[in-house]
Amino acid sequence: MTQTNPAVARGRKPKKMSPARYGLYGLLVISATFFLTPLYVMIVTSLKPLEEVRLGRLFSLPADITFDAWIKAWSTACTGVTCAGISPGFVNSVQITVVSVLISVLLGAVNGYALSFWRYRGANVLFGILVMGAFVPFQAVIYPLIVFQREIGIFGSLAGIVMVHCIFGMPIITLIFRNYFSSLPEELFKAARIDGAGFWQIFLRIMMPMAVPITAVAVILQTTGIWNDYLLGLVFGGRDNQPMTVQLNNIVTTSYGVREYNVNMAATILTAAVPLVIYFLSGRFFVQGIAAGAVKG
Amino acid sequence: MTNGVSIRDLSLSFGSLSVIDTLNIDIQEGEFLVLLGPSGCGKSTLLNVIAGLLEATDGEVWISGRNVTWEEPKDRGIGMVFQSYALYPQMTVEKNLSFGLQVSGMAKPEISKRVARAAEVLQIEPLLKRRPGALSGGQRQRVAIGRALVRDVDVFLFDEPLSNLDAKLRAELRVEIKRLHQKLSNTMIYVTHDQIEAMTLADRIAIMKGGVLQQLDTPQTIYSRPANRFVAGFIGSPGMNFLNAELEAGADPAFKVGASRIPAAGYSFDGLGLVAGPVTFGVRPEHVAAGEQAEKLPFVTDVPIEVIEPMGADTLVWSRFEGQEFTFRIDSEHTYRVGDQVRIGFDPARASVFDASGNRL
Repeated sequence: MTQTNPAVARGRKPKKMSPARYGLYGLLVISATFFLTPLYVMIVTSLKPLEEVRLGRLFSLPADITFDAWIKAWSTACTGVTCAGISPGFVNSVQITVVSVLISVLLGAVNGYALSFWRYRGANVLFGILVMGAFVPFQAVIYPLIVFQREIGIFGSLAGIVMVHCIFGMPIITLIFRNYFSSLPEELFKAARIDGAGFWQIFLRIMMPMAVPITAVAVILQTTGIWNDYLLGLVFGGRDNQPMTVQLNNIVTTSYGVREYNVNMAATILTAAVPLVIYFLSGRFFVQGIAAGAVKG
Repeated sequence: MTNGVSIRDLSLSFGSLSVIDTLNIDIQEGEFLVLLGPSGCGKSTLLNVIAGLLEATDGEVWISGRNVTWEEPKDRGIGMVFQSYALYPQMTVEKNLSFGLQVSGMAKPEISKRVARAAEVLQIEPLLKRRPGALSGGQRQRVAIGRALVRDVDVFLFDEPLSNLDAKLRAELRVEIKRLHQKLSNTMIYVTHDQIEAMTLADRIAIMKGGVLQQLDTPQTIYSRPANRFVAGFIGSPGMNFLNAELEAGADPAFKVGASRIPAAGYSFDGLGLVAGPVTFGVRPEHVAAGEQAEKLPFVTDVPIEVIEPMGADTLVWSRFEGQEFTFRIDSEHTYRVGDQVRIGFDPARASVFDASGNRL
């Protein structure tokens, strides 16, 4: 029989690995493997020459590493009629994303600020309608939007696709900012009003500097969302503003010639790289922003 | 003397819920008025209406002889200090103080002059370059007061400014606010639910309940001659003893509590005068004497001790008088034990008597 002597119990209790812990770590390793395997396959395949890919040894490391597939994917692969690789799509995506993120986050922030501090008549109804917007499947409104944009003459232009992204981003961004601003003490707003600051002064000088963490969250959400978008880009981008995702699809589904798996893999990684990098760089910031509820003054 | 602030027929309701009901208060210039009441009595709401942060449903607000009912907060000549301090967290103390002046477009030299003066008055000069996050609660509240100070306003509004501080700091800052008032002699309106703050700071106290003013008078009058049972019970800790009694008129009027007769001769009746019938007889624990001192008082009786609570400076004794709960204070140097019979006495002249509807007789 083992019995611990109470006199020994002192200070920090020693940690012990229990079977449940082993199980937990085991599960974590398995799920990590599950999600990382496709990535591994993509990377090794993209580094192999086409002959080696044909051998069908999916998991083997490349015998001789070559970056030809990457170069081709970036600059010479055919996306339909043009053969300039995926780089024009990259430029388009950057344009669309930067402009859309800036406008939609700014609008969402102003909306959220107005809704939480300036309680004008009908503010709650307006907020209800906005939130409802978050639940409308966008497939349902695509056609009316196309007609609307055609009528005002911006269909297929950069302005058109930016407008669509702003519209669809608005509910969630407004919601995020409204909830954040609601968590700030209202007395802060009152103090600023007594100090004589107006709508924009309070927004720009008091509220936005306090909203940095949540702004980061909104920017990350919008950037990844807009970058990864396919359907809206396909429909509203027109011929000149096809985002990277649409061009990637064109490369992969080309129905003539040899299927260049290594090029496809390289193009896919290139397209997915931007949101991945953003997550890696700002992951911690993102979590902090999400967790930032109560701000202690 | 002119009025610093006048509240005229003020009403405020949210939908069908009436928060303030036709309130009239005149506050003299330089007066320190405390709005006191339990939470939800409308005192903070009233302060917000005076500040212009809430719109009145009806009535007028006058500040320094000007009708400001429709004015913006910044144009009313008021400064406000909040319970949560409400300092701008991303700005230094200096920026916090100067923000309002900057917004109003004041020239830089004048701003720094005023900030320096306020910092000197409040002794926060060493903190000017720090951010609110690096300050203690007491320091933050001082900065918050400074923000009202720099604006050179006629009226200071305090919304429970000390509630977030610990007991010791609260006592310290209370004195500082009193000093500040003596030095500046501005009109100050101070909202609190703490009766000690109200008693110590106020020139006059306005006690509110359910949006209705209960009594507006000096702290001493409110303490010794409460206008109704609510005020009597709200002021004083531990609370006043309330005994159900019967007022007997006649040649020798008396309050009958059970079998005991408390002579009513010494009691000075207000307004209605002596009307026979059921009353509430109220006497404060600190106005009850025990032991030898009790003997010479107009009314003397013996009660059993049920609980003894030593408070340090004095001791509170819980007992029963004619079957009704009765507390009194005795000197902390005593030899009583639970179960003892003790002789107590009090003077009906210092008591408060209320009729069946709770108004003072």
